[in-house]
Amino acid sequence: MTMEATRYEDGSISYPGHPRGPGGSNPAETIDLSEYTAEVVTWTTSTATPPGVREPNHLAIVEFDVDGESVRAIGQLTTGDVETGDEVQPVHVDELREPGAGIREPESQDWDGYRFEPV
Amino acid sequence: MERVAIIGASMTQFGQREGEWITDLLAEAGIECLEDAGVDADDVEHLYVSNMASGEFEGQTGVPNALAHDLDAMPAYTQRVDQTSSSGGAGIYAAWQSVASGASDMTLLVGGEKMTHKTTGEATDVIASLTHRAEYKTGVTLPSFAGLTARHYLERFDAPRESLAKVASKNHKNGVDNPKAQFQKEVDVETILESPIIADPLRLYDFCPITDGSAALMLCPESVAEEYTDDYVVISGIDGATDTHVVHEREDPTVMGGVVESGKGAYEMSGLGPDDIDVAELHDMFTILEFLQMEGLGFAEHGEAWKLVEDGYTERDTGELPINTSGGLKSKGHPLGASGVAQAVEIYEQLMGEAGPRQVDAETGLCCNVGGFGNCVITTIMEAAQ
Repeated sequence: MTMEATRYEDGSISYPGHPRGPGGSNPAETIDLSEYTAEVVTWTTSTATPPGVREPNHLAIVEFDVDGESVRAIGQLTTGDVETGDEVQPVHVDELREPGAGIREPESQDWDGYRFEPV
Repeated sequence: MERVAIIGASMTQFGQREGEWITDLLAEAGIECLEDAGVDADDVEHLYVSNMASGEFEGQTGVPNALAHDLDAMPAYTQRVDQTSSSGGAGIYAAWQSVASGASDMTLLVGGEKMTHKTTGEATDVIASLTHRAEYKTGVTLPSFAGLTARHYLERFDAPRESLAKVASKNHKNGVDNPKAQFQKEVDVETILESPIIADPLRLYDFCPITDGSAALMLCPESVAEEYTDDYVVISGIDGATDTHVVHEREDPTVMGGVVESGKGAYEMSGLGPDDIDVAELHDMFTILEFLQMEGLGFAEHGEAWKLVEDGYTERDTGELPINTSGGLKSKGHPLGASGVAQAVEIYEQLMGEAGPRQVDAETGLCCNVGGFGNCVITTIMEAAQ
């Protein structure tokens, strides 16, 4: 179980990874973001959620610092009691939303992942 | 290159069109546009249909061919244009290209969507299916992106929450005078600020509704337009651009690169700048988007659009740059594939002097149609023919 980001040949990192990075740079290695903490850039609590999604759904965009290189990620929060700038850590969840309840083909992607928990 | 003219426009009633489906709505707007332009269906060479998801919403695919038959426009070439919420703007770009390239001397563009038979949750999920897999599994929705971005904007630029409510209030007020708008009622700032939270800090009235509807435009070379009418509008600038698919990967969450780049291209083609625009239709699917587009298109400095809204700069009857005189997506409604076309219908009517009680003094207008959460954008500049 990892929260896999991709580092490219130019040193930049993205989550999720892409076949080509900035400037056409090739992927060089993967990095497990679950070993790092991050800072909340912004957050929301969504009360109008689609089929198979918890309600309310607390979400945040967070920023990791990986050896001086910043990388952002979106994810669910474990609580709505957060503020911008809070430090959070990823905690693994087996199922972020119910596969098959929404429009997307259940086999087309994985459904486990990480929620961000205030440190 | 000969200029591309718009010689006819139409829009159906937007709202809940019970018992009518995508092909019914498209045919209604298509027939009305043919009549408005005075063009025989036989003379339509290209027929474009802007639509995001008739297959997902209704199980109906192949709508362009269905429309060609319903209009008796065979053997016109047909094509569906899907660019999510900016399908309408992308349809304008495709129709413009078909005429500008010389491939067609008469192009009919019809945009439409049928959505209200689905629950809000189901419709929200169809739209959220445009997201990256890493985003989708979090349960993120387009309204959630708006909440995330609005909080960041308000905190970073020290903007008052009321400034977003004033966007919604203004656009609802404009919609009162649009008989085809889904909502034709004023909503005051206090009501907006007390409405239920949808994606904190945004509330119910910060969001556009789910809508059925269709809109259409007739495009041709200027030399052909002159055979039909003395009064028409020209597309003097148009461009489309993309930004990241994954929203959080953008360097600055308050800048929509697709807006900036498509605006830059449209200004360059037209030889005009932000100060030359007399009226604009911006994609206010969420109130925060009106700020981001005002700034991306150069109507306001970065982080300062809220001040212009507070100062009344964008008011219809008294402002220097009226924005969303139609009522915007906010009050007019947002049938995905129709919205970009309907924006241009409003600008067409403004430039032709046909906007009735919504009329402003305008020779040049702009529309900005946003897909995804700024993932893909089309900006179009239109001018009254001289």
